[in-house]
Amino acid sequence: MQDNALLQMRKINKIFPGVKALSEVDFTLREGEIHALMGENGAGKSTLIKVLTGVYQMDGGEITVNGEKIVIHSPQDAQKHGISTVYQEITLCPNLTVAENMFIGREHNPLVNKKAREKKADKLLEELGIPARSTQQLGSCSLAVQQMVAIARAVDSRCKVLILDEPTSSLDDKEVNMLFKLMRDLKSQGVGIIFVTHFLEQVYEVCDRITVLRNGELVGEYLIEDLPQVELVAKMIGKELDELGALTYFEEEKKESGEVFYEAASLSSSDALPFDFKIHKGEVNGFTGLLGSGRSESVRAIFGADKVTGGKVKIKGEDVKITKPLDAMKHGIGYLAEDRKRDGIIAELSVRENIILALQVMKGFFKPISRSEAEAFADEYIKVLNIKTASKDTPIGSLSGGNQQKVILARWLLTHPDYLILDEPTRGIDVGTKLEIQKLVLKLAEEGVSVTFISSEVEEMLRTCSRLIVMRDRHIVGELKGADLNQTQVMKTIAGGESENEK
Amino acid sequence: MNNTKKFRREPLTDTQLLMTITICIFVGMYLLAMLLFKGGFLHAQQVFDMLNDNASLIIVSCGLTIVMIGGGIDISVGAVTSLVVMSCVLYLNNGGNIFGSIRLALVIGLAFGVVHGFLISYLEIQPFIVTLAGMFFARGLTTILSVNPQKVDHDSFAALRAMKIEIPWLGYTAKNGNLIPARMELGVVVALVCVLLVFIMLTFFRLGRGFYAMGGNQQSALMLGINVKLTRFISYVLSGLLSGISGYVFMMHTGAGNATNAAGMEMNAIASSIIGGTLLTGGVGNVVGTLFGTLTLTTIKKIVVSSGLNDPWWQSITTGGMLCFFILLQSVVLSRRAKKKKA
Amino acid sequence: MKSKFKNFFKGGLGQLAIPIIAICILVIFNLFRDPSFFSIAIQHNNDGNIVLSGNLISIINGASELAILAMGMTLVTAACGGQDISVGAMAAIAGSAFVKVLKSTSVINGGTVIAGFLLACVVAMLFASFNGTLVSVFKIQPMIATLILYTCGRSIAYWINGGATPTVSSPIINAIGSFIPGIPIPTPVLIVIAVAILFKLVFHFTSLELFTQSVGINGSAARLNGINSTFIKLLSFIILGICVAIAGSIGVSRLGLINHETLLLDIEMDTILAVAIGGNNLGGGKFKISGSIIGAYVIQMLTITLYAMKVSSTDVKAYKAIVIIILVVIGSPVIKSKIQKLISRIKARKQNTIAKGAV
Repeated sequence: MQDNALLQMRKINKIFPGVKALSEVDFTLREGEIHALMGENGAGKSTLIKVLTGVYQMDGGEITVNGEKIVIHSPQDAQKHGISTVYQEITLCPNLTVAENMFIGREHNPLVNKKAREKKADKLLEELGIPARSTQQLGSCSLAVQQMVAIARAVDSRCKVLILDEPTSSLDDKEVNMLFKLMRDLKSQGVGIIFVTHFLEQVYEVCDRITVLRNGELVGEYLIEDLPQVELVAKMIGKELDELGALTYFEEEKKESGEVFYEAASLSSSDALPFDFKIHKGEVNGFTGLLGSGRSESVRAIFGADKVTGGKVKIKGEDVKITKPLDAMKHGIGYLAEDRKRDGIIAELSVRENIILALQVMKGFFKPISRSEAEAFADEYIKVLNIKTASKDTPIGSLSGGNQQKVILARWLLTHPDYLILDEPTRGIDVGTKLEIQKLVLKLAEEGVSVTFISSEVEEMLRTCSRLIVMRDRHIVGELKGADLNQTQVMKTIAGGESENEK
Repeated sequence: MNNTKKFRREPLTDTQLLMTITICIFVGMYLLAMLLFKGGFLHAQQVFDMLNDNASLIIVSCGLTIVMIGGGIDISVGAVTSLVVMSCVLYLNNGGNIFGSIRLALVIGLAFGVVHGFLISYLEIQPFIVTLAGMFFARGLTTILSVNPQKVDHDSFAALRAMKIEIPWLGYTAKNGNLIPARMELGVVVALVCVLLVFIMLTFFRLGRGFYAMGGNQQSALMLGINVKLTRFISYVLSGLLSGISGYVFMMHTGAGNATNAAGMEMNAIASSIIGGTLLTGGVGNVVGTLFGTLTLTTIKKIVVSSGLNDPWWQSITTGGMLCFFILLQSVVLSRRAKKKKA
Repeated sequence: MKSKFKNFFKGGLGQLAIPIIAICILVIFNLFRDPSFFSIAIQHNNDGNIVLSGNLISIINGASELAILAMGMTLVTAACGGQDISVGAMAAIAGSAFVKVLKSTSVINGGTVIAGFLLACVVAMLFASFNGTLVSVFKIQPMIATLILYTCGRSIAYWINGGATPTVSSPIINAIGSFIPGIPIPTPVLIVIAVAILFKLVFHFTSLELFTQSVGINGSAARLNGINSTFIKLLSFIILGICVAIAGSIGVSRLGLINHETLLLDIEMDTILAVAIGGNNLGGGKFKISGSIIGAYVIQMLTITLYAMKVSSTDVKAYKAIVIIILVVIGSPVIKSKIQKLISRIKARKQNTIAKGAV
């Protein structure tokens, strides 16, 4: 069975101070297969990848490529052995040109032949259909294009093993399809691909085999045909999915009632075109659309996160002015940002300080929350949201993604907002926490809090929202509710008029 | 996706943009000075004087530019220069020969560079602190060597010092009818060669591009397979080496060693690099810009003197003002660019 | 109780370990070298006051300006992720303003001193806000932004003084610079204590600490949580400005004259060093003021020790550099993790032997 094994990892151990991140994990990648590596956050996927790419040194175990035992001390070592990686975050240099980003660190000639490399890069970019020029400064490309350049780099390095660590999280559907085509091409050339993602559908669309990790341990390796989606989820979170059923119960309680809490007329910001929007008390609505459709920019405008350039805003029927986040917070609006690492956590501060931050800001500079109060708040929310942390003084940066997100949620819940905006609260976090957050949203709505929920997974939004605002090309193109709230209708609206002609 | 396949000129990269601005301002300022003050500014010798006086500053700034492109800082350069001057002077006065003194200069510079590089890149200590300690050490060592000024008393060195490159066609006719050729010191040649070599290294060599990558995003550079530690190490070694060369050039210019030699040179070098378009954040910069940065700084000083503002404090106030102007200009230009990109 | 003690060592002392160890080593070294090094004598000074004297006193007294500046610098470092290298030059300006007011009247009384100090504060705060604006509004790296004042600050002081080095002599100035009659402790030390208490009070009665750290660690997130990061950064510079004014005034009072060239010369480097030795990350974020204060005393104790060893004042720098390098090497993350590994290995071995013993 393992005759065509390309890469084998045996009994990999990795210990961080106080945590065993990987214990005795086995992983096998065969030639010409796309192998999904699945697991909740904190399951050890990233650690395993980083051990394989030489970012971390393993504390035990062995790695063989084509039957030969290898030692990987650095990313260069990994590249030498034909292991290339495309990371979730862009790991290129924005101040260099596209061509340089594709070739730097791979050439052995100390002298750089600029022209030849640019020619080569342009050819490759064209082959892969990437809309960029080789001489362009990378920083001037869109994020999606930067990601594609990273893939092009990996493709060109004739790698035997290609690791894609959440490459799709910043790509839209069209780009994802382009990527999948590329992956299948590579597969037919005999490249083994390790695909790490949180999108289950994508796994079933493109992968051959799945390896599941949980809590740093191997759960098992499965052929894609043998493992239905529900079972996969169960394997990942380690329990049967009773809770999935529980959520459908709420579905019937979706309601639209009561007074209008927030109303905006032709609100615009430096990043968002003018739009109208309103939300009722206790309502859960959603903004949907492809990446770059303006959904995040619009909610940022509501919160005053970008420079507000025009429009009228009413809260509970009264005219108010919201030009900066503090204004919004004072009017009872909370905003959980899309990019947790960049806009959410204060990594080196403790969980406690992260939780009280927003409340402290609202209380004001001269009224600090006392230590004992802060600890009480922290204890309360760690319990309520079931945050897994060593203590309330642990720096938030050392928590897993899902738990970090819960801390940020706690931060906003502590301010007792009337209106909570959640931009991709479930992105990049594990299935179990996803469910918890969805349930929390519905519970909040029941308590009379208005919630705006954004997610790139339409299914998730259908489960939680009673009204969906659809955006395309930075304009609102539709509003769906009631019977229209189903996957096909949403897709149609997102895709616009031409979509009927396609499928 | 508004990228058309049609050929069009690439917009300037940040590095090119900032460098172009500096060169334009320098040329503009110099032309203005020629119009307003005539006199010395009309002679080519003025430019050569500026180069003669600042050859060692230019060399040091080259090293600093390398380090700054890589996202670091080296504030020991002035002190190392001073130490090299003092030790070479003492060496020559105690019966050393020219080659030995050159070797000594290079070895001292290299030693500082190697220690800095090792501590910063392999022990991960903050560059500011390490090079600050280096600065203290070099300054302290200089005074330990000699507190009193020392003059070089060495025949072949005097001959070397006296060697000047004369360019007759750039000269001018003095009042008494003699043709005075433009004179350039040997140190200027060394400085220009350094600029050229560093420029080639930064533009066409893998190592040079590695500096840019490292300064642009260190994590990415690591992931792209660049040996970040080694690259950073080399950047400090180069800076140290160039400080050594600068010390020798400094000695050729002054012919004497003094504990207060090259005082404040590190800040002048930083200022030159910044005016030349190097960002302290790393990843952006160019030595050619740095060369013009140095010239710009000097020109301002000359203009101040020509304007009859002879009080010493005028020079530093105008330098400060100029620095302020360039820093603000860069900040505005780059932030406008970032905005444009977003839209 | 024991766990609390352990936590103190893990969390509380973690950052302060290096400066405290440094002080301990210096103290032990000095005791070995000269057991009477730390002896404190009670003397009558020229004015007939009973005062304390001795090396320890001169260490604590001499580090006063440094300690005060280090406190302010810690805030700037934490909020902006960079350092202000113009503090020495700004102190010269503030000191000049201070002297200017003192010189304007024929008789120097308490009122003029206070007025002079207030003017020094205002002037220092103005220049500090210039730095702060460049950093917070124009997003310029602090070191670069403050390079401007570093270059021309002392020239501005020269201009204020009209190129001279005016002297002031008054019992009040003398009291500020050395001893208040009846109190045997040097006045600058009292001022340091007062400033430290002031900082403590500010941290207790405002959220400055939390906000500064948030801005320093993740400015973008801080902004989205409603923190005005521009203001916090500016504020940190203004607070540093006040510290500079205090330090400048002390410096002037000590000598009874203002010399724009030499007043607190090169103190910016020592200040940054104090912040770093105090275990604060020069890249911003979490900070401990107490660390910086201890750092300041470490530097001063080192200097005085070297003086006591008959090292000439110009050569001190070289020895200082060696000690600094040793300190930062011990504190470097690489060495730390190596030591940690070693300790855990020893622990594991111990556990193994215990386990074997049990079997």
